[in-house]
This record gives sequence, C-alpha cells and structure tokens, in this order.
Amino acid sequence: MSALLLLFLEFLKMGALTFGGGYAMIPFIEETVLRHDWMTTTELVDFIAVSESTPGAFAVNISTYVGSEVEGLLGALLATVGLVLPPFLIIILIAKVYERIKSNTLVQGAMLGLKSTVVGLIAATVLSVGKTIFFSEGINAAVFQSAEFYVSLGIFAAALFLLLVKKLSPILIIAGSAVIGILFGYTGVIKV
Amino acid sequence: MKQKFKLYLQLFLTFIKIGAVTFGGGYAMIPIIENEISVKKKWIGGDELLEVVAISETTPGPIAICAATFIGYRLGGIPGAFCATFGVVLPSFLIIYLISLFLRAFEQLEIIRYAFFGIRAGVLALLIKAVISMYQKCPKNLVAYLIMAASFAAVAFFSANVIIVILSAAVIGIAATLIAEKAGKKP
Repeated sequence: MSALLLLFLEFLKMGALTFGGGYAMIPFIEETVLRHDWMTTTELVDFIAVSESTPGAFAVNISTYVGSEVEGLLGALLATVGLVLPPFLIIILIAKVYERIKSNTLVQGAMLGLKSTVVGLIAATVLSVGKTIFFSEGINAAVFQSAEFYVSLGIFAAALFLLLVKKLSPILIIAGSAVIGILFGYTGVIKV
Repeated sequence: MKQKFKLYLQLFLTFIKIGAVTFGGGYAMIPIIENEISVKKKWIGGDELLEVVAISETTPGPIAICAATFIGYRLGGIPGAFCATFGVVLPSFLIIYLISLFLRAFEQLEIIRYAFFGIRAGVLALLIKAVISMYQKCPKNLVAYLIMAASFAAVAFFSANVIIVILSAAVIGIAATLIAEKAGKKP
C-alpha cells in the first residue's frame, strides 16, 4: 500500500472510532504512530505540548503533523482530511434525526461502554508515558540516584498540584515546566 | 443566490476565527463558539449550543469538527457545513504544517532540549487531569467500572488492539443496557 493511502486510512479509522475528542484520542493515536514507527512515545509527548501551545484540536493537529513528517504537504493534507471526514459525514447524517435517536437504548448503551473505556484507555496511556519519562532506561537502582529522575518527579508533582488544585491553564503548566527544565539544564544539574 | 454565498463566506470566516484562537481545543472552544455564534451572530440559541455539545459527545471525532459541521449544516446545508469545517481546520493546519518543517531541527538546540525535558513531566500531569475529567463525565455503575478496569488492563498489560477494545466496550455497554432494560431498571 502506498504511504499516502496508508496515512489516509489510518487517520480515517481514528476519526471514525474515537469518541469524546481531545485527549480521549491519545491512546488510539499512540498505538497507531508506534505501530508504523511514525513517532516515538517521547515525540508524541513533545507534540502534545506543541499542540497545547498552538490553536486547534489535538487530533487535527497531530494528523497534520504526522502526515507532514511522513509524506510532506500531501501527507499532511490526506491525514487531516482522513481524520475530519468521518465526523463530518456522520454529523450531516444525524443532524436531522438526533432528537429521535439520542434516547435510543442502543445509543445509550454504546455511550456507557465508550465513555467507560476511554477512562481506562487514557489511564493506560498515562502508564506508558510515565514509564517513558521516569524509567526510559528500565527500572533499576541507578535511576533513583539520578538528578533527572528527581527533577522530573518534582516538576510532575508541582504541575499536578497547580492543575488540579489551583486550576492553572495547561499552557501555563507547559511554560512553567519549560522554564524549570531550562534552569536545571543550564545550571548543570541535569544532562539531556 | 448572492445571500447564500454571503452566508457561506461568513460561516467560513467566523470558523477561521474560532479555529485560530482556541488553544488546547476540545471544551476550551465551547465558550468561544458561544460568543461568536450565539452572542455576536445570533445564529443559534444557547440551548441549541448545549445540544451541539451533546451530539459531539455521542459521535466520533474532535468536538471542534463536530460543532463546526453541525452549526454549518443547520445554517447552510452541506455547503455551509463544508465552509464551517474547512474554516475551523485551516488555521491549525497551516500553523502545524509550518511547525513540522522545523520542529526536529529546533529540538536539537540545547535550550529546547532542556525545555522539553521539563515539559514532558508537565504533560504527564495534563494526561492525569484528562483521566479525571473523563471519569467525571462517565456513568458511575458496576458495568462502567468493569469496562474501565478491563480496558486499562487489556492495553497496559496485554498490549491489546485499541480498536478491538473500543468496539468491545460499545458492545458490552449495549448488552448491559438491554439486559437492564429487560429487568426493568437502569444498569
């Protein structure tokens, strides 16, 4: 299969099968980009930060980015069109009948399943991203003696507190984390 | 004819504006859509906007796309839907395409490597917040908890295919709801 067609079809699948939008799509995106070697988990995490700092929906942004990385401008176009096409067509089809189908038992049952699975899937992504950040060299004694581990842990704990308790916006969290990374980098505490 | 063309153009331009100013996407864009579409243009009412959000949640795809398509379709049929959706995607498409041209070279710079080292730990916190907010929107009952746990275990420990997990969850949700309905109560 040509690389362009593959990009189009993979993002078409993503557009058709991910409910909830935003981060709900990350588990699916992670699985797809890893399977095709389009990105590593670390590159995906970096791109989440890029996407939070630029306008637009995450899923659209990552389709454009992966498409461009793999096949240039045409790849970016095909991946983005692939992602947008399913929701576009589905909304047009159901816009008129939505009132009638929303209380349908099948729709409600499917939503129960989909909303629940998304929680479990994103939790699995948290685990794999966490492993990449803290234990990229595996879990061993050396990790717990490295400054990098404790700096990451400190940034993570502070970010979580500021997000959940102080309700800071994601973009401020990213900017703050970047500044702390730069400070520890130039003072020679961490080596990356 | 001329009036229709004007509507398409307005839809396109309004959604370009929405697409260009909503950082982070998702629910962050709802208040901005509300301001542009209901308050300024009076194209649809506030209660209809809630309906748009509900529809976006029941259908696949990013909320921004679903909302643009729905509002465009309501106002201008299929061409309207096309103009609104094209508009909402265009700004981020151009920005991300430009970024993709230099991101890898940019990441080689020392200062950017340090910045991303910090950022990665911050992003992990963003992901945990996403799990919490998805959990809050989810029904709280035994079936839901079982699906959450099984989906997590399947992907985290058994590297299960995500498509199969998503489809199975939908089927189990439907089966549980049908069984509960037969038994005459909510699951």
